[in-house]
Amino acid sequence: MKNIFKIAIRNLLRYKRRTLMTSLLIIIGIVMVIVFSGVSISFKNMMIGSITDSMLGHLQIHTKGYVSSIDNLPLHLNINEKGIKQLNNVFEKHNDVIEAYSYRIKFGAMLSNFQETTNIRLTAVHPEMENAACPRLVDRIKGDIQNPGTFIEQGKIIIPENLAKGLKLKAGDEVVLVANNKDGSVNGLSLEVSNVIEGLLGPSGRDGFLHIDDAKTLLRISGDEINEVSIRLKNPDDLVGDNKLLSDELSQFKNKQGMPVFEIHTWADLSPFSTIAAIVDLLIITVKIILISIVLISILNVMMMSVYERVSEIGTISAIGTLPSKILWLFIAEGFLLGIISTIIGNIIGVMALFIINISNIHFSFGRMKNILLETSIAPSDLITVSLIVILISVLSSLQPALKASKMQPVDALRHV
Amino acid sequence: MSLIELKQVTKDYQMGEITVNALKDIEITIDEQSFVSFVGPSGSGKTTLLNLIGCLDKPSSGEVFVTGTAVNSFSNKEAARFRGQHLGFIFQNFNLLSVLTVYENVEYPLIMVQNIPSNKRRDKIIHYLEAVGMVDQKDKYPSQLSGGQKQRVAVARALVTDPKIVLADEPTANLDHASAYKVIDLMRKMQHEFKTTFIFSTHDPKIVKEAEIIYNLEDGKIIDKDIVNS
Repeated sequence: MKNIFKIAIRNLLRYKRRTLMTSLLIIIGIVMVIVFSGVSISFKNMMIGSITDSMLGHLQIHTKGYVSSIDNLPLHLNINEKGIKQLNNVFEKHNDVIEAYSYRIKFGAMLSNFQETTNIRLTAVHPEMENAACPRLVDRIKGDIQNPGTFIEQGKIIIPENLAKGLKLKAGDEVVLVANNKDGSVNGLSLEVSNVIEGLLGPSGRDGFLHIDDAKTLLRISGDEINEVSIRLKNPDDLVGDNKLLSDELSQFKNKQGMPVFEIHTWADLSPFSTIAAIVDLLIITVKIILISIVLISILNVMMMSVYERVSEIGTISAIGTLPSKILWLFIAEGFLLGIISTIIGNIIGVMALFIINISNIHFSFGRMKNILLETSIAPSDLITVSLIVILISVLSSLQPALKASKMQPVDALRHV
Repeated sequence: MSLIELKQVTKDYQMGEITVNALKDIEITIDEQSFVSFVGPSGSGKTTLLNLIGCLDKPSSGEVFVTGTAVNSFSNKEAARFRGQHLGFIFQNFNLLSVLTVYENVEYPLIMVQNIPSNKRRDKIIHYLEAVGMVDQKDKYPSQLSGGQKQRVAVARALVTDPKIVLADEPTANLDHASAYKVIDLMRKMQHEFKTTFIFSTHDPKIVKEAEIIYNLEDGKIIDKDIVNS
């Protein structure tokens, strides 16, 4: 086999320019895939990280039927004390996969600065639990947060930036919240604005935060009652598996009608960004398909030319006793070497390109998010996958010309001028 | 038993709608250690005859026996294996592999055909290169050699697998007369030294005189057989 590769290398070097051009084409394709994948995957993971780490968490649990009515923020689908105990037991049992969780009450209210009134969506939390489940939430809060574990105190409210601008509110201002409880009765509560929070993907957010005890006071909830649990996983890569695990665990809890009490969703189920993430993945696959096409066509073309130019030589080696299988391997080896050498060089240049992008400190804006640092990365498994694809396609595209060469009748090949 | 035997061999080719009768009822026997020449004008069937003996082609009818084996019914793989074990070839255009050196060209059949391990190859290659007078050029590439030198390397390559028979199709056609005689002389010398049967085709009447047995071909038939230099 060593000699087959030796002859293959010599034949590739025989037509240096052609070999170089073909190799360059493959290298450019590989670099494109690596850079595009590195940038896209990093961007996607950054956005997903922002969504999960500062807003949704990796998983959310609600009472069955809540998510289908989520836009209404219903209060009649709350999880009561018994339900909270059941969930606590589940979380304790699976503390190997759950890093943290946060109990929330989400509801709608009217916010007034005593001059104007507008509606607001509120998430009431235990600040310590919320900070553990969504550790990057505090990054969106303007102003100095001394202790993230107490980012919201009783008697205070964090309001969204666009409402603050619209109502001309700032930290220290007093506001009134008016809300209906689940029985329909109205209550009001005065709160002090502690901070303003930036929207995650633009100024359209109307989501504010307050302490869960203030929400219970406003909504006249006695005892423990929540309507949402946000879960942070220890290993987000196991999202699907962990979702199934917890879903199976929660399915044991049934109501009097025998229907499941809880429902669990991943962040992808709850966020429209999952569609964008899927599109990014599709684009990466598209670029890979383009790369495969480049490799296939260029190597097929080179190998077909190589066979045609060496018909007489094929006749000679066949005449002197080279078996058809060895002739086949001679040509496949050429395609394989072209693929593997281009792959190695392409990988090196691609990784270097990502490194250069990283050290260049390129910043960009996305929606409301300004001055985001472009940090690229690519997993070794992705590099290996791309490499294997290129090498496999190199071999496959050499197959037809190699078969043609091996099946040539020496008497016909020797006549070829 | 004869080394080569052809019995009532015919070979027809289809050239579009025309059938060309390249060989007609050929009967030949060639013994071991012979130095045989096929002569005749272009189109007389010399190359076709060599191709049949060399298992590069199959007859339309008749039987071909080489070293006692009927070679008519070989598959491509069997024919290639047989050629590698029993036959050597020398071509009109030398047909050396341009990406290999002189040494590597002679080495090629030992690696790719007979799978001889490296520790046994070297001595053999040097031996044959010395025999053809090309050992000093062993590291050169074919592009750096003259026609006569290339053909000498081709002779070494043909002999390195210790074949019983070496087939040479117009081996001197692309050489000047001086080189041509040298090559034929070399082949004669190899015949005596290694007890190999040489069969070559030519249309050069001066070269043909060097053969021991001359078969004259015309229009696909053997019209004459001369035993000249025993």
